[in-house]
Amino acid sequence: MAAAATPANLPQPPVELQRIPLVANNHGFGWISDRVASISEDRAPVWWWILFVPSLLCLGLLGFMLSYQISTGVGVWGNMHPVMWGWDIVNFVWWIGIGHAGTLISAILFLLRQRWRTAVNRSAEAMTIFAVMCAGIYPALHVGRVWYDWWLFPIPNPYSVWPQFRSPLMWDVFAVSTYFTVSVLFWYMGLIPDLAVLRDRAKSRLRQFMYGLGSFGWTGSNRHWSNYEKAYLILAGLSTPLVLSVHSIVSLDFAVSQLPGWHTTIFPPYFVAGAVFSGFGMVLTLLIPLRSMFKLQDIITMRHIDIMCKVTLTTGSIVGYAYAMEFFIAWYSGNPNEQFHFMNRALGPYQWAWIMMVSCNVLVPQFFWIKWFRQNLVAVFIISILVNVGMWFERFVIIVVSLHRDFLPSSWGYYRPSPVDMCTYLGTFGLFFTCFLLFIRFLPMIAISEVKGVTAQADPHHPAGGAKIEERIPDEEE
Amino acid sequence: MNGTTKPYGIIGEFRTAAAVLHAAEKVRDAGYRRWDVFTPFPVHGMDKAMGLKNSKVGWFSFIGGVLGYTTGMLMIWWMNRIDYPLVVGGKPMFSPYSAFPPSYELTILFGAFGSLGGMLFLNRLPRLYHPLLKNKRFAMVTHDRFFVVIETDDPKFSESETRALLEQAGSRHIELVEE
Repeated sequence: MAAAATPANLPQPPVELQRIPLVANNHGFGWISDRVASISEDRAPVWWWILFVPSLLCLGLLGFMLSYQISTGVGVWGNMHPVMWGWDIVNFVWWIGIGHAGTLISAILFLLRQRWRTAVNRSAEAMTIFAVMCAGIYPALHVGRVWYDWWLFPIPNPYSVWPQFRSPLMWDVFAVSTYFTVSVLFWYMGLIPDLAVLRDRAKSRLRQFMYGLGSFGWTGSNRHWSNYEKAYLILAGLSTPLVLSVHSIVSLDFAVSQLPGWHTTIFPPYFVAGAVFSGFGMVLTLLIPLRSMFKLQDIITMRHIDIMCKVTLTTGSIVGYAYAMEFFIAWYSGNPNEQFHFMNRALGPYQWAWIMMVSCNVLVPQFFWIKWFRQNLVAVFIISILVNVGMWFERFVIIVVSLHRDFLPSSWGYYRPSPVDMCTYLGTFGLFFTCFLLFIRFLPMIAISEVKGVTAQADPHHPAGGAKIEERIPDEEE
Repeated sequence: MNGTTKPYGIIGEFRTAAAVLHAAEKVRDAGYRRWDVFTPFPVHGMDKAMGLKNSKVGWFSFIGGVLGYTTGMLMIWWMNRIDYPLVVGGKPMFSPYSAFPPSYELTILFGAFGSLGGMLFLNRLPRLYHPLLKNKRFAMVTHDRFFVVIETDDPKFSESETRALLEQAGSRHIELVEE
């Protein structure tokens, strides 16, 4: 049995010094393959259909809404002077922020050697890709004439006109499209060895063929692993500055303008922290039900949940600091427009949005200081949803509240979304959950080979990996 | 097709990461060249045990990154200064500062394609046919088994000696694999 437990006669360190295994209950490699692969091999459980059918209906709603907006024009939105960036940009920034946790887990935690990431990285990366897809819909529509979207890219056209790169909106095009592409590459590269696992287990000819095609003929050769691991490391190294730059550039869409509430230098780090915060909220929202429904508690352990709660607490507190700093700088700058804006944010007609933002983003995560809340799955689930509600309101406050009262009181207004805005937003959830549910049905939702690699049995220098203690002494002269 | 099938190589199965690591050291020291170790996950220290050099993937990423940055800068300079100069807000036609963010993104984009492409190129993937993938026993390599495979093309290959080496290294199951 490859999954041999640590022999009982070996000297063991005291209990408090022993490392908590990342995969609980000392399961073998085979168990990990069986457990994860069975999700896509067994029949779809009833709850999967219960979630999938409404998701598909919402996706249909999205399709209907998009064709309506494209054929009628974006006048069907609630955007009206002076608020010309409404729910479309709010939802764009919100969705793209959610994606950030996936890249943080897959890239930054990889560089930091946080090995617990292996249990959650695959599904978090999938979440990134689908969230960026939802986000991408909005700017594509916001330009008004969707059939001219290709003008965003430097593609030669009959007018000999090129995009002008001095605008942050143009930088955003490059940041978001690069982010999507690199996320897909990174995710797919991680999938290659795991698709080979599914190929080798496949019972039907079709599955064998499809997974065989997808795995590119992966054999598990160590000469391949050697290049693979290097490429993985480099991709992680490239994705780290990428993920930090994407939301920084998104924030520059605002910060480069002159509008009070937007024109601040704190935006890039503040947006990135908020993005990671909302992304971890979404990862927790997705994984807490999934781990119990698919009996993955030994792979996504309570310790994983605990760590993610702590990351949420940290980033939530950074966001809270940024809120406070914005108020401080507004006062300290001595700029009356800036000061008016922040008073208006907290006390003006959109006070309800500001209260939602501060309570969900700053106050609610503080419960995670207490261990009981981090250990209670219902509490974590509720808080994780509130985090995303709060982050949505943050985007709303930044975008709509800054726009609705600018320098000239004669041009003030009050923004309300239209039903089309709301149905489109609901529709993007349809797109997200349809993609995510299909992903967990057809692809390994846990990085099988990576999880195997972090068990004690995988370590050739660990007794559980077959190392003999006395053998190690002569080895050292080498 | 013509009936004269040459064996591809000899495979030896191992049950633990340590066993296959030590077996790899033995095969390396015996001087084999065309051989490989197959594992369900990358085994720590295996590159050293096999005597592999540092992977060359980094060069592909580096070239990709340099290419991406230069493409970005040159493209923006040519488009906004040479081919279609347009005054916007009194800003300079070309400034390395405003051209930096898109060029930075292209550095990452091309670098990422370089890493993935480099990895696939160095591994000669996608490869949709491999003699080992026909072997029933070898299918366990993605599950929980470890294999050392020595190809018949290796100049030092001899069926009896190679088999003896794998046996001595502690393999419990040794098999000849057809091409």
